[in-house]
Amino acid sequence: MNDVQILEAVERYIRGEMNPDERLYFENLRKTNTEVDQLVVEHTLFLQQMNRFGEWQKFRSNLHDVHTNLTETGKINSAKLTGKAKVVYLWNRYKRVTAIAATIAGVTALTVSSLVTTFNPAPENAKVKELVKKVNDLDTKTKQLDTKITNADKKNNKKPIMATPVRYNGTGFLIDAKGLMITNAHVVKNSRNIFVQNNKGEQFKAIVVRLDVARDVAIIKIDDDNFKQFPSLPYGIRKTSSEIAEPIFTLGFPKNEIVYGEGYLSAKTGYNGDTLSCQIAVAANPGNSGGPVFNHNGEVIGILSAKETDAESTVFAVQSKYIYQALEELKKNSLYQHTKMSAKSSVSGLSKVQQVKKIQDYVFMVKGD
Amino acid sequence: MKQEINEQALLQGLARNETKAVETIYRENYNSIQALIINNNGSADDAKDIFQEAMIVLYEKVRSGTFELNCQIKTYVYSVSRRLWLKRLQQLNRYSAPVENLEGLVPVEDEIEAHEQRNLEFDMMNKAISSLGEPCKSLLEAYYLQKRNMQDIAASFGYTNADNAKNQKYKCLMRLKKIFFSHYKNGTSDE
Repeated sequence: MNDVQILEAVERYIRGEMNPDERLYFENLRKTNTEVDQLVVEHTLFLQQMNRFGEWQKFRSNLHDVHTNLTETGKINSAKLTGKAKVVYLWNRYKRVTAIAATIAGVTALTVSSLVTTFNPAPENAKVKELVKKVNDLDTKTKQLDTKITNADKKNNKKPIMATPVRYNGTGFLIDAKGLMITNAHVVKNSRNIFVQNNKGEQFKAIVVRLDVARDVAIIKIDDDNFKQFPSLPYGIRKTSSEIAEPIFTLGFPKNEIVYGEGYLSAKTGYNGDTLSCQIAVAANPGNSGGPVFNHNGEVIGILSAKETDAESTVFAVQSKYIYQALEELKKNSLYQHTKMSAKSSVSGLSKVQQVKKIQDYVFMVKGD
Repeated sequence: MKQEINEQALLQGLARNETKAVETIYRENYNSIQALIINNNGSADDAKDIFQEAMIVLYEKVRSGTFELNCQIKTYVYSVSRRLWLKRLQQLNRYSAPVENLEGLVPVEDEIEAHEQRNLEFDMMNKAISSLGEPCKSLLEAYYLQKRNMQDIAASFGYTNADNAKNQKYKCLMRLKKIFFSHYKNGTSDE
């Protein structure tokens, strides 16, 4: 018997799948051969742990499903904190910090602003390529001509939107269940009309609600009656920065369907020590811009934004904390002041396949013209 | 008396991870735990977290077979959640005032300790499995967690026959056990 067969026998013995003869033979073997005996003991413990782990995982995912289910049907009141309760909560939590922070902030702001004006280096970005996909210019021009012709033909036709050619493609992902999305500023900044398309091919109209070109973050909102709001998001947005060597994965639309990529966080800063972003090693192509970067818990740790042109799989991502900043700015607009993002991911602990299955409906292709 | 029988049935359902039982316990207890957490410096997300932890404690307890219903499910879940939340607050240094409403609590210290130990072990297993990489991870999960048979696995992972799959599984398993036991003997999940 070789090792593989011995292990198989041990497993069958532990599970009680042996017939009486086999069992007798095996028990004799166990008595005479201490190595086999040792293996049985060790493997019993291992299988026990494994089984319990499996059941625990199943139970946790069941709990999560139940929670989503009950929230959807309104049987439990897991509404987000609103109005007064939230203010009280935040005040209780942060009152000491607020006081100290206010004093420090004043001094720091003055110092930093003077330093920045003195030391600000000239921007040098030629070696970094933004991963927005520009659809072939020639193609565009022919299409534009086409459009002009058709438009001239049917001046009264009220559907010019669908005929506009797409010039930029990128990726975006939801940050709240009601249709607010994050993408890169460079994906949408030159576009007049924006559409987002999910993995099922359904297309919705979207509008830019906040554009921050310096940080390369844009918030867009799906503004379409056909869009059905989600009950909640399966992933959270990480508030703190991540550790080097953490495994990560990305989802994006470099082609017409969603594409998965896997890699790791390679540096905490981006191109030339840029502290806004971080560096990841993953395969990325034009069209991946604006896509989410997840860690193994399924938390968003960044927004994939650019890659270095003369190095393979050196990709940069805007750190996720700037999503919070962008949202804070947006909240000054009263329309959005109740928007809340979660830092907790409900898919943590699931297998990668399950995570992606649950996440992919929340990642969209962003198209602009 | 009737209520007691009901609760017994619920717990048995819970031990088998039956969605209906889980849902009933969830529905009847969630709101009060959420109120507890939110009134004590927590958010809705914290509430969900703590409540689910408490559900796991209850689940492990009924599964261990030693659970005697000497109090209502409600009291038990409340006691566990309260204790877990106090611990969490202390860890975060957000501990301000003691969580009130002390009456009707049952002692749960031992369970929570056992629960933390188990969490540590599961975390260890989780890390060990994740560090294997593919195809080992999926292969072992398919066999040991989803309990699929070898023929089926060989077909879906593209092995020419079950023996090839078995050999591959054996190699993966040896790696997993090595990683797992090295952590297990150290008694910690640190790398």
